[in-house]
Amino acid sequence: MKTSAAHGAPRDHYFVPQPSLYPVILSGGMFLLALGFIQSINGFLLGRWVMLGGFAVILYVLFGWFGKVIGESQSGAYRDWEDRSFRYGMIWFIATEVMFFAAFFGALFYVRIISVPVLGGMAETHGTSLWPDFSGTWPTSGPKGTPFTPMGAWGIPALNTALLLSSGATVTWAHWALLRGRRTQLNLGLAATILLGATFLGFQAWEYHHAYSELGLTMGAGVYGATFFMLTGFHGFHVTLGTVMLLVILLRCLSGHFTAERHFAFEGVAWYWHFVDVVWLILFVFVYWL
Amino acid sequence: MSIATTHPAEAPHEHYPSGLLRWLTTTNHKDIGTMYMTFALVMFFVGGIMILAVRAELFQPGLQLMRPEFFNQLIGVHALVMIFAALMPAATGFANWMIPLMIGAPDMALPRLNNWGFWLLPPAAILLTLPFTLALFGIGDGAIATGWTFYAPLSVQGGMGVDFAILAVHILGISSIMGSINIIVTIFNMRAPGMTMMKLPLFAWGWLITAFLLIATLPVLAGAVTMLLTDRHFGTHFFNAAGGGDPILFQHLFWFFGHPEVYILLLPVWGLMPHVLSTFSHKPVYGYTAQVYAFIAIGVLSVVVWAHHFFTAGMPVPALIYFMFSTMAISLPLAVLFFCWIATMWKGAMSFETPMLFAVGFIVLFGIAGLTGLILADVAADAQYHHSYFVVAHFHYALFAGGIMGVMTGVYYWLPKWTGHMYNEKLGKLHFWLTVVSFNLTFMPQFFLGLAGMPRRIPDYALQFAEFNAISTVGAFILGFSQLIFAWNVWSCVRGGAKADGRVWEGADGLEWELSSPPPHHSWEVQPQIK
Repeated sequence: MKTSAAHGAPRDHYFVPQPSLYPVILSGGMFLLALGFIQSINGFLLGRWVMLGGFAVILYVLFGWFGKVIGESQSGAYRDWEDRSFRYGMIWFIATEVMFFAAFFGALFYVRIISVPVLGGMAETHGTSLWPDFSGTWPTSGPKGTPFTPMGAWGIPALNTALLLSSGATVTWAHWALLRGRRTQLNLGLAATILLGATFLGFQAWEYHHAYSELGLTMGAGVYGATFFMLTGFHGFHVTLGTVMLLVILLRCLSGHFTAERHFAFEGVAWYWHFVDVVWLILFVFVYWL
Repeated sequence: MSIATTHPAEAPHEHYPSGLLRWLTTTNHKDIGTMYMTFALVMFFVGGIMILAVRAELFQPGLQLMRPEFFNQLIGVHALVMIFAALMPAATGFANWMIPLMIGAPDMALPRLNNWGFWLLPPAAILLTLPFTLALFGIGDGAIATGWTFYAPLSVQGGMGVDFAILAVHILGISSIMGSINIIVTIFNMRAPGMTMMKLPLFAWGWLITAFLLIATLPVLAGAVTMLLTDRHFGTHFFNAAGGGDPILFQHLFWFFGHPEVYILLLPVWGLMPHVLSTFSHKPVYGYTAQVYAFIAIGVLSVVVWAHHFFTAGMPVPALIYFMFSTMAISLPLAVLFFCWIATMWKGAMSFETPMLFAVGFIVLFGIAGLTGLILADVAADAQYHHSYFVVAHFHYALFAGGIMGVMTGVYYWLPKWTGHMYNEKLGKLHFWLTVVSFNLTFMPQFFLGLAGMPRRIPDYALQFAEFNAISTVGAFILGFSQLIFAWNVWSCVRGGAKADGRVWEGADGLEWELSSPPPHHSWEVQPQIK
């Protein structure tokens, strides 16, 4: 089944899939989602339904396209050569995600190091300021912002750090089990990872509720609120995606998919999970703690 | 490079859908490349019509044809269309067509993803231009009117068109990222046995660096426009000083993407240039290794110079000096490229078919772009030239003479390979001369306008600028209509014409010329061995 090219010798056939309608349908779904989103934020009544339609189309494609890929994988269409393509592809996809978060971290560092201190020091440096009472210390909602209480680091956020770090360990534990052919440990490890991820999300939701209802900490609470919710929000969104991906992997494991030699999907999701984990650590330090 | 070719076995007769369904579902890199090129050509004319309307308005001082708001929409969407929907797809089309042929790969590494990358473009183009149509029906106030740069706070206050543009940019970004991932994986994983990285064709090298730049910078643009979206609709204060934010933060984020974007548009062209110059000089490429390292150096430098786009926005002096010197440092690797291009032609047995004409025209005109760029990079001088027509002229020398004429070079060079027919050489040469003359007629006066102090992005201007504006408009219309010759030439080449053999050009060297013209639907199914 497996062919590895002898060094320098022509490799055998590369799997080029048959024509497929999924990509173009996916684009259609994304078009509807985007259009519906624009409509709803601009107050058109139909917007929500267009969005919902687009989302349904995307879900259909996700099931169909991934189902097809899983089928191809199970039928042995992918060998070392194809497997390497997927691995490289996933690595560079995660690289784009790193840069996406870098934009928001960049914004956080910019406001903390430059814009807020500069606004606070206007009276000194320029001899005049629109807001002479503004001290420019972090955390702040800005010179004209609403008062709020910042989120402390050592309650739920610290607990969430522990949860995510342990989930990184359990997914690695599951990977070891896969490599050694211990299927029960594999399934247990994955289930534990999913459970930890879901608990993290539950705590995060509770924290948001707490922030909005008791702390006055909203998206509108100046740059602190903006950076806080954008960073934790996009991170939470990625944890959600990662949890769904892990769930799919667990279901595939339960159906007996993956071998010690061939399990790119498992590893790809594990990489993604570790990436989400690392983002949280940076986030914990710079958003909650310091 | 010497190649031992094993002729690929005739592909088994698989069933492929025909008609529209073929194009909707295809996973073949040649089909997808053709779709990219066609889309780029169509959008080139769409963006061109917009700017001809703008030039018509600027023909004389005073407001004749349109409201200033509509004028602003046209220039912004013109830029977004030309950059994201014409130049970038054209470059990706080249990559799709040529990289597998040049590196001896059976196809792109991720063919279905490849198809998705293309089919994200039409929805994005629709989102970008739909507000024009909606405004006709009284919905919204038209397309984005901030220029292509989305600067806050103007974009925070703008109408629904900004939302459309933000979502369009998101989708275009996903498309480019998918294309980049595919190209990187293809180059790393699909090269023919024996093709080491230092035997990789320069075109593939140029694209590899482009793809890395896209991966590094497009997500940052996505992040920036997302913050803009939440500032507009969800009450955040990223770009609002009242909440502790800063409008200049937007400029940093935008140009962190925006400056590398210039090299994203140009690196594929710099990659294909040595192939063309070497073919028509009947000499091997001069300084292959130097060019590879120059590409890498430019790629690295391009992500650390962004703030030279807003020297006048206010920045500490050390920052100004850093961004000035780092920007000027880019001219060093760029000079290496110019030197290698000229040295490739030096004492060669040169012949001047259309691609070579465009290549030589590219070198001269792009040289002007580079030299005027040095002037703008100078902090002290930039205070005078910033936001003037000098900038407009500079980046059109870079992106029309550098980008579009580079793409035309590639199209004329590879069109016989793609279609199996020769294009009409006489029409090609006519197209070249009309383009070069009218291009300079359009943009050279804009340098003088800028030096004289005419600001960009205004629909009306002082009387003293009238002559140069009139000349520029005449040039623009000749330039625009000359491109119809190009479209006609491409179209007739696709339909028929003298048969092209596999090598096409006498001096051509490389794997792609070992295949027939047009190449079989599946090529290099058995990879060639590179010695």
